[in-house]
Amino acid sequence: MSEAGSDTLAVAQTGSDVAGASASLWSDAWRALRRRVVFWVSVVILVVMALMAVFPSLFTDRGVNDRCDVRFAKHAPSSWNPFGAGGHPFGYDMHGCDYWAQIVHGARAPMIVGFVVTGIALTLSITLGSLSGYFGRWLDALISRITDIFFGLPLVLGALVILTAFPAHGVWTMSLVLGVLWWPTMTRLMRGQVLSVRDADYVQAARVLGAGDLRIMARHILPNAIAPVFVYAMLNVGVVIGYEATLDYLGVGLQYPTVSWGLQLSQAQDVFTDYPYLLIYPAVLLTATVLSFLLLGDAVRDALDPKLR
Amino acid sequence: MWRFVLRRVLQMVPVLIGTTFLIYVAVFALPGDPIRALGGDKPMPPSVYEALRHHYHLDEPLIEQYGRYLLGLVRGDFGETLNGQSVASLMATGWTVTVQLALTAWVFELVVGIALGVLAGLRKGGIIDSLVLSGTTFVIAIPAFVLAYSAQLIFGLKLGWFPTAGTDDGWPYSYLLPGIILGSLSLAYIARLTRTSLVENMRADYVRTALAKGLPRRRIILRHTLRNSLIPVVTYLGVDLGNLLAGAIVIEGIFNLPGIGQQIFQAVQIKDGPTVVGISTFLVLIFLLANLVVDILYGALDPRIRYE
Repeated sequence: MSEAGSDTLAVAQTGSDVAGASASLWSDAWRALRRRVVFWVSVVILVVMALMAVFPSLFTDRGVNDRCDVRFAKHAPSSWNPFGAGGHPFGYDMHGCDYWAQIVHGARAPMIVGFVVTGIALTLSITLGSLSGYFGRWLDALISRITDIFFGLPLVLGALVILTAFPAHGVWTMSLVLGVLWWPTMTRLMRGQVLSVRDADYVQAARVLGAGDLRIMARHILPNAIAPVFVYAMLNVGVVIGYEATLDYLGVGLQYPTVSWGLQLSQAQDVFTDYPYLLIYPAVLLTATVLSFLLLGDAVRDALDPKLR
Repeated sequence: MWRFVLRRVLQMVPVLIGTTFLIYVAVFALPGDPIRALGGDKPMPPSVYEALRHHYHLDEPLIEQYGRYLLGLVRGDFGETLNGQSVASLMATGWTVTVQLALTAWVFELVVGIALGVLAGLRKGGIIDSLVLSGTTFVIAIPAFVLAYSAQLIFGLKLGWFPTAGTDDGWPYSYLLPGIILGSLSLAYIARLTRTSLVENMRADYVRTALAKGLPRRRIILRHTLRNSLIPVVTYLGVDLGNLLAGAIVIEGIFNLPGIGQQIFQAVQIKDGPTVVGISTFLVLIFLLANLVVDILYGALDPRIRYE
């Protein structure tokens, strides 16, 4: 299962444990969520993709770029039905490697980038958004201006410039670069959320009772402000994976010894009219993954927001 | 209103300085050797290395380097390509193509996007609504280049409806297919934005009032609800320009349109770092200016923003 997915479940379940019979926001959402087919379909797809990323050996006995034979290069699968195509359901890639094995191994890089970028952005935006929304004044002004500056760099252009300056980058450097560019939208969202609960009665009450700033932020404001940011982060994992593929395709993303869906799509671009399967298979897996994250995020948002029901 | 415009323009200045500084630091001043990176994979003789270092003023203090760079940007100097051509004159040959492509995409996404959003929002939960929601999610999930290749294969090669590459057929015919693909992502967002805000506004008090005093439904939707529902769409247009510019890099590369995007695309392929950085910086500046215009427009449309 995806991290984001299991988090929701965990939070949702503890929500219902703590709250008992009365419905907390999260347990209420979980009850609405578990009835939805879309939710379960995307969870199942993401579990399979996550297993591919973490334990590729469950799906193939070959390693990365393993047992490749140039003589088999671009041999198409014998049948469009992967179950009827014998030992090599997706045929061979441009270098004669088993395409199914390469695609299984290609899941790891986009998944890591997706989660690490979102993780960095989420951490930064929760910290900066809370500080700026809660304390206001000069701190808010400072953080908001810095956010404006980063917001002025459109993602692909910013990533293009920075990644061109560092031609030798692996999965982690790439995640770091994207993460540093990714936080402004989420920070604005978080700040708005904190602002909307900062002056609520229960916050005033906590302050009158003598709670410190840190306690008020952690125990009272954060739990009530985090839901939309969290949903956004979940959708965002899918969006990051799509961007990673686009950057790979443009040639500033990951490079050869690494395998990733984006890289496979990029290599397929020149020959796809003659060998469409080289483009189609990674595209289907990539799209299914991104789509699952989007649908999961949408479903969770619908469940969390009673107004939309 | 003028005070509002002036304030927005003044607020823009630190953002402009900040973004160019970020780009400058990222490209020229961070550890990692930019000069070797500019050379790509080929080893570089020490004399050339020293000459390039001096040429890019890397032997001066950072703030002086940045000042020189910023002064250049103000004068329209976006650096030189690896062949020694100025990036500005390179872009001069490509910008008309990019503008035509972006405008085609823009008109398409606005007209079709708003229409789909209205159709979906009027009957929330209906068949059209479900179709629009699932269709737009799907478009958002597919990377643009996969969509572009599929469209090129199906509508260009197999069916022969559109030219597959190049600008030989002129505007609009050559630009239709690339424009539609380029606009499709933003179309999805615009349709969803219009739908959500239409649904919200349909429940507003002023709509109930209009209904109560007997206005026809058509007039309520067109004159009252739609106008208010389009405010978030206008805000989106600024962000959207960033999407269009970034998308143009991919789409112009695939459809072989000789615009600014394709110049970046080719520069990346041949590892011509200075060209990539120069054109990207130019596009970032365009993006910022467009957002300034949208901000001001937004203030003109919605008085609440002006007096905040």
